Amino acid sequence: MTQHGEISDYLSVHQLTKKFGKFTALDDISFSTKLGEFLCVLGPSGCGKTTVLRAIAGLEKPTSGTIVVEGRDVTQLPVSRRNVGIVFQSYALFPNLTAEDNIAYGLKQRSKKAKGVEGRVTELLETVGLSGMGNKYPAQLSGGQQQRVALARAMAISPHLLLLDEPLSALDAKVRIRLRSEIRQLQKRLGVTTIMVTHDQEEALTMADRILIIDRGKLVQMGTPGEVYDKPATPFVASFIGSMNFITKVRKMEDGIFGVGEHRLKISNGRGARRVQNGEPVMIGVRPEDVMIQADGGDGINTLNTLVSAIEYRGSLFRLSLNLPISGNDYTTIDADVPSEKVRRLGLQENMHLPIHLPVDRIRVYAA
Amino acid sequence: MEKIETKTIILPLNHKKNTQYTWLNPAIGFSKNLMFFALPAALIWYLADKSDYNWQWYRIVKYIGTFQKESFIPGPLLKGLWVTLQISVISLFLSCLTGLITAVFRLSPSFALRAIARIYLEVIRNTPLIVQIFFLYFVLSPVLGIERFTSAVLALSLFEGAYASEIIRAGIVSVSTEQWEAAASIGLKPFRIYRHIVLPQAIPVIIPPLAGQMISLIKDSALVSTIALYDLTMEGQMIIAETYMVFEIWFAVAVIYIIITAGLSIFTHFLEKKFSKSFNN
Repeated sequence: MTQHGEISDYLSVHQLTKKFGKFTALDDISFSTKLGEFLCVLGPSGCGKTTVLRAIAGLEKPTSGTIVVEGRDVTQLPVSRRNVGIVFQSYALFPNLTAEDNIAYGLKQRSKKAKGVEGRVTELLETVGLSGMGNKYPAQLSGGQQQRVALARAMAISPHLLLLDEPLSALDAKVRIRLRSEIRQLQKRLGVTTIMVTHDQEEALTMADRILIIDRGKLVQMGTPGEVYDKPATPFVASFIGSMNFITKVRKMEDGIFGVGEHRLKISNGRGARRVQNGEPVMIGVRPEDVMIQADGGDGINTLNTLVSAIEYRGSLFRLSLNLPISGNDYTTIDADVPSEKVRRLGLQENMHLPIHLPVDRIRVYAA
Repeated sequence: MEKIETKTIILPLNHKKNTQYTWLNPAIGFSKNLMFFALPAALIWYLADKSDYNWQWYRIVKYIGTFQKESFIPGPLLKGLWVTLQISVISLFLSCLTGLITAVFRLSPSFALRAIARIYLEVIRNTPLIVQIFFLYFVLSPVLGIERFTSAVLALSLFEGAYASEIIRAGIVSVSTEQWEAAASIGLKPFRIYRHIVLPQAIPVIIPPLAGQMISLIKDSALVSTIALYDLTMEGQMIIAETYMVFEIWFAVAVIYIIITAGLSIFTHFLEKKFSKSFNN
């Protein structure tokens, strides 16, 4: 279609920009999805992720940029002509219509044959597990059931794209987790290309084929859940998805060797380390679960002596806050997630001296 | 962007039913109603009795109606009531229609439609009804060749329609934009969205204030007497000119107006219940 998207891309978004007055909600966002892919748009509140979805839906006119579906430029089409199924955060079910009618209205608009519509509605209710509930009004259904009706209504029009705007945020934890896998299975079975907006990183990691991370209107990273978790492109991504310890005032000494005060750390190339020049100040990051406890001491590579300043119980694991002296009285705090069993076995306590090891290939380097 | 979606829930302040004295409820209700009318009536009666005015209530009856040769001949008051009812009912219907169209125009994406609605609304709202009645009757009706009754109905419908439009617009706007978006996303056209999704949700919100407006319409219809249309008020004036029974006739006229408006109130109350029951659980 254009120089950016390949023909094989089902949906491609090029240089999407949306301004509300002086405020730039979306700044030059480009991405594409393949047919049947489940894409999650992830970001903190107010980052513009819902605006991306609304632009794709046709509910918001972009200031500039194009949206191409199946090789057809749909940027100027209104929502009613885009054939997108939308599940709103509040579901937006029609309260004056029964579940059945909520699902049927979109079908009735399309076909005049009442028989076919009836059969399809029954089938859809069955698909979302609400057989026999068709004559209930939305107010008579639980949150999870309303969610399913919303999903069935969106699917009824056999949409080119299924757009989900924080579909699970209004549900309690148990229902949310069950619906996660149900939505994913349904999506796979029907093979509909889906974009879901969420601020819940766990939801994105468990459901998505690929994740799009947006911060303050800018696309910061796009990749599989494994990629964005393992190789976060920026400190923002690193701390938004999971948690990350950052050590500042680090200097690159030579290739693969970085200095933190008097400590010397070896960091494997390719984790952001190659981009920086020798002597340049940088910041390094390591995830709490990657910090290894070296209870038996040892002076190996990347072994640091720390002081346990706090222990926080988290059920299956403990989070240890470790003070790492850098130079003189200056120290930095590193969090480490340690399995409960290990904490008990080693008898870890506050104010204990504890050597830790930072694995060479688990440290990421960021520009300071 | 996180938005906290607010649902329109119609929660009447007085929604708790008194379950303790169920069998007494009709009695309590009746005595309450009685108090509403009986107390003011008693007060007026007391004041009237104290004053030196020579009350001649018995003379009113023949102005309401008489029996001649076993058939009922309606008196001038009833004839006036019939005219008032005709004007009111037609205007009621027309003003709701005008209101709905104006509201839809004001919410339309078209600038022209919005402008038309806005101009109509401002012109009507910012001039007195009596001026509008005179303008229609003395200026427009000779030009357009419309008669007295029609110009009265038109003036009232246009006037009340402007107010009704704001009430209807408020009701439509109270339906969340997501309802529109959801309806549009499944391919519904604007007419069907209004007809099947938005208006059914707006109506329970619209009914109570619209009922108030329609009661105003009935009372405002008294102003058509100024263009010599023989409605209830005009007939009252005529009888007074003939009999000098100022107090009795005005009281009688007032009571007749109360009966019509109270009837309308009860009817809208019933409508309100019917519509809000259907889906608000």
